[in-house]
Order: sequence, then C-alpha cells, then structure tokens
Amino acid sequence: MSNIALDTKPDFELAKPIHEVECTIISNEPVNGEYRLLVLNAPSKILDCEPGQFFHLLCPVSDTLQPYLRRPMSIYGYYPDKGELHFLYKVTGEGTSAIATLKAGDNFNVLGPLGRGFDILPNWQNLLLVARGVGLATLAPLALEARRLNRKLTAICSARSDQFLLSLDYFRELGATVIPLTDEAGTSSVENMHSIIEGLIADEGIDAMYTCGSNRILKLLQTVGKEHNIPGQIALEQQMACGIGMCQCCVRAFNRNGAIVNERVCREGPVFDLQEAIGC
Amino acid sequence: MLDLTTQIGTLTLKNPIMPASGTFSEDLAQVFDLDILGAHVTKTITREKRSGNPTPRVCEVRGSMLNSIGIPSKGLDAFKTNVIPFYKNYDAPLIVSISAGSADEFASLCEDISVPGVAAIEVNISCPNIEEDGKAFAMRPSTTEAVMRKLRNATDLPLWAKLTPNTGETTEVAKAAEEAGADALVVSNTLLAMAIDINTKRPKLGNLMGGLSGPAFKPIALRMAYQCAKSVEIPVIGCGGISTIEDVIEYLIAGASAVQVGTATFINPPIMVKMVEGLESYLQSQGLHSVKQLIGSVVDQEASDGLVFMEAAP
Repeated sequence: MSNIALDTKPDFELAKPIHEVECTIISNEPVNGEYRLLVLNAPSKILDCEPGQFFHLLCPVSDTLQPYLRRPMSIYGYYPDKGELHFLYKVTGEGTSAIATLKAGDNFNVLGPLGRGFDILPNWQNLLLVARGVGLATLAPLALEARRLNRKLTAICSARSDQFLLSLDYFRELGATVIPLTDEAGTSSVENMHSIIEGLIADEGIDAMYTCGSNRILKLLQTVGKEHNIPGQIALEQQMACGIGMCQCCVRAFNRNGAIVNERVCREGPVFDLQEAIGC
Repeated sequence: MLDLTTQIGTLTLKNPIMPASGTFSEDLAQVFDLDILGAHVTKTITREKRSGNPTPRVCEVRGSMLNSIGIPSKGLDAFKTNVIPFYKNYDAPLIVSISAGSADEFASLCEDISVPGVAAIEVNISCPNIEEDGKAFAMRPSTTEAVMRKLRNATDLPLWAKLTPNTGETTEVAKAAEEAGADALVVSNTLLAMAIDINTKRPKLGNLMGGLSGPAFKPIALRMAYQCAKSVEIPVIGCGGISTIEDVIEYLIAGASAVQVGTATFINPPIMVKMVEGLESYLQSQGLHSVKQLIGSVVDQEASDGLVFMEAAP
C-alpha cells in the first residue's frame, strides 16, 4: 500500500459508519395542530449522534401514498440510555403524509446518522438559539448537548401563535432562558428580535449563535454576527436523493473567501458557517 | 464452489455487480466494504471544473425518479489527486467515467486519465444533461463511431461505451461503437423525461428535462441490453432500473455479462451487497455453478433470428 493511499483513506475510516436499520414505532402522535412526534425504538449503534445530524427515512407505501425516494429529517432527540430516536415533523407532502400513517409496533427503515452536526467550541459559553416554528426541532438536541456541557443557553422561539410554539417546556427544563415571540402578539418582527438580541449581547454577551431554516433570521444573525464579531452556525435544508453524498442533488451555494462555492447539504452540512450561508 | 466471476474483455470481475456512474462515491465506504463489488465506477468527470445544473436537480415520479444533476466535476487534476488514490485501497478494478463537449476534448481527456490505478474508462457519450444543444454522441451511429475512433486512438485501456436510450437506432449505434473499438457497452444511460408541478405549472426540474431512472425504466433498458447483446460480440453491461436480485438475473439472462446498479442504492444503500448474496443463492437453487451459465440463457429460440427490432423504415 502506497503512502498516498494511507494518507487518503483514514478520512473515511475515521468517519463513523452509516447504518441502514429497521426500527420499531413506539408512538406517532400529534403534539399540536401542526406537528407530530415520532418516537422510535432504535438500536444503540445508530444513536451515537451529534446535534444537527439527520436521518434518511424510507416512507411506507400504500395504495394512495407512494413516495419513492427517502426523506431526510433532522433529529429531534436521541437517547442512547433508553434506546429511543425522536423526530418532530409537520405533514406537508406525500412523504410526511405517509410517515403520519405509521402506528405503534410498525417497522420503519431509517438510514443514518448522517451529515455534520453543530459545534460547541470550548470557549463558547453563552449560546443563543434562534428558531422559527418547527426549526426548533433541529435545535433541540443542541440544547441538550449545551446542558451536558454546562453552557448558558438562551432560546428565542418564534411562531405564528402560542399554540404553534413548540417544546418550550423542554428547553426550560434544560435550563435555557426561553423568549417566545409570536405573530399574534406582534412580537415576532425582525426589528423586535434584533433589539432583543442586542439586549442580550449588551447584558451578558453571546459567544455563538445557532439557527436553521428561516431566511429572515439568517440575514438578521449575519448582520449581528458581523457587527459584534460573533460566530454562528446554521442548519440548512435542501431536497435530497441519496443523503450520503453520492448524487450531488442537494447542493447549495455558499460564500467562501469571496467566491461562490457549491456544497452538498447532506455531506458538508447540514450545519454550515452562518456567514457563508446564502438564503434561498 | 460457486463461480461468480465474469469477463469484460480482458478484465475479470469477481462478480457481475457494480455501481452505475453518478450513483456511487467514496462516501458509500461508510455503509459497506466496497471490495464486495465487482468493480467501482466513478461519477463522470470532465477536464474542467463544472458546477452542474440549477436545483431542483431531482424529482420523483411514481416509483422512479428524474435527475438533471448535470455533471458537476471538480476537474481532472482534483480527481487524479484525491479520488484515484482512494480506490487504490481496494482490489476491485476502478472504472473512470469521463465526458467532454467535443470529440477532440473527449480524446484528450481519455489520454490524460489513462494512468496507473485506472482499470478501464467508461466513456459517457450519452448523458442527456451535458452535450451542447442536448445532443449526445450516442444518438447516431455516425457520431458514435467518430468519437469512439478518437477515443480508441487515445488510450490502450479498455473502453466501455455508455449508450443512450434516446435513440431510434439502438443496434446500429451498438455496432458502430464495437466497430470503432469499444471493449464493452454499458446499456444504458437514462431516458430523457419531464415532470410538471400542476399547482405552480413549473417543470419539477431546474433544467426543465432530465433522465428517468428507477424501476419504471427497467423494461426499456432491458430490451436495449438484449438487442445489443444480440447484435455485437463485445460484452454488454446492463444498466437501468435494477432494484432487486431478480432484476440482476433477468439482465444476465437477457445477455448482459455484468450489471450496474444505480438509483436503487439511493433507496437502499447496501442493496448491492444483498444482490451479491442473492446471486449466490439463486445459482445454488438452480443447480448452477457459474454466473457464465446464466449469461445470455434467454429462451428466445428461433424468434430472435427473424425478429425485426423496431428498425426505422428506409
């Protein structure tokens, strides 16, 4: 074996294996008017996850619903101690409609864990999460990890109305300071969010910011990050086919060193540097 | 002792199952030991960096999918530096898929990729998403022969010509590729197709059209593999919609000496491992000792001799 070969292979040998496994559904119930919680009984080998990673789900096929490709879904919770894997999702299309038909005891084929998760660097003590709607699901494992690492966490959660605000109790139980904002109460505007974040920076300071999804929040955090020199990360979505890096379906454009580069959301992401991200 | 080996020209593959170009990469090594495969086939590369087509690049149709990925490529140099060394860790032969916009550029890339570590070159003369004006070399016998002659002169490595279903001259194109020096035919690339969102009225692919792959395409590609195997002496590698071990066996019976599995790996990443196991079980259950006994064993009898394979009227 040549030296060149030895230099190149460890990259893949160090990468954790990707597993395709049949899990069993423990429950799959609505948690409010829009979202459902899917709880799987999962083997420990797939529960060695990082916050921000995702699974690629093989949706069940019926007479009326026939999704063909797998559907990527961010992990809402992974609990190796009790052997559970959780997903929080909203029924929006054929894939999620099919997943909503799953009942306790059914088998469900999942592939993962996949992608690169969030970082919490040692000097990042005061963390800020900002999420809109179901985006909070992607950030939930990050909140748990922040608690484990004993970091201070503030979560700004925005939604249409109180009834669509998700799992705030969960974040509170983890010791986070939760700031709910709603369209209904007129508190969810970018301007209001901006002044709240400025307040937090002036008060105790923020070492890192995390978000996902929303373009408005992305732009706001990019502005705040540049102004105060605060690093951040964003979990992004893109339609996927293979989910493991082979097909080049899920590319998005990023700003890097003054140039536009395409990267695969499934492989180089789904978590990316906040300032490099470009909204769509 | 079961013999799963198959012969593609001078190359002996330890089994007839390999990935299709564009549906395989080093990333799959995280799912299973890639040395289980008969060969490794890379995604098509071009000499220059290319960014590929606009998104959405994939959409699903009932039981299958369309893609217009458009051959994003990191270029020849990056490929030689990063990809070829990776595959030196494996015994399975490395087949490099290449493409270019003109026959001369194609030949020059073919020459420059003929380096140690590359066992054969698959020439993608059929991608529906790249050639200028949407024309692929493999749509006509004359353009196929012209580009294949240049490619043949550019390398001593085995040349596998990947054909297109977007032609009315399947057997003529196959014979032209053979005549010009191809060592094997890969049959086939995807079928040009389209899907439109009825709510937005927009095509579902950013590139408007793209290639159909998956189970819906299998009977078409199988028919082409059969036609090609009947018309040429060089080996045919079946490719198109193979999702189960039964599909693999069907292609071998039709005359394919090996198969490429593509879209099925997206749905079920370890599927090729299961296919190798399934092929062994099938041979055992049939009392066969060799894959070679299966290849071309289709019982078409006299029908095939007089059959007109949908030839164009003069």
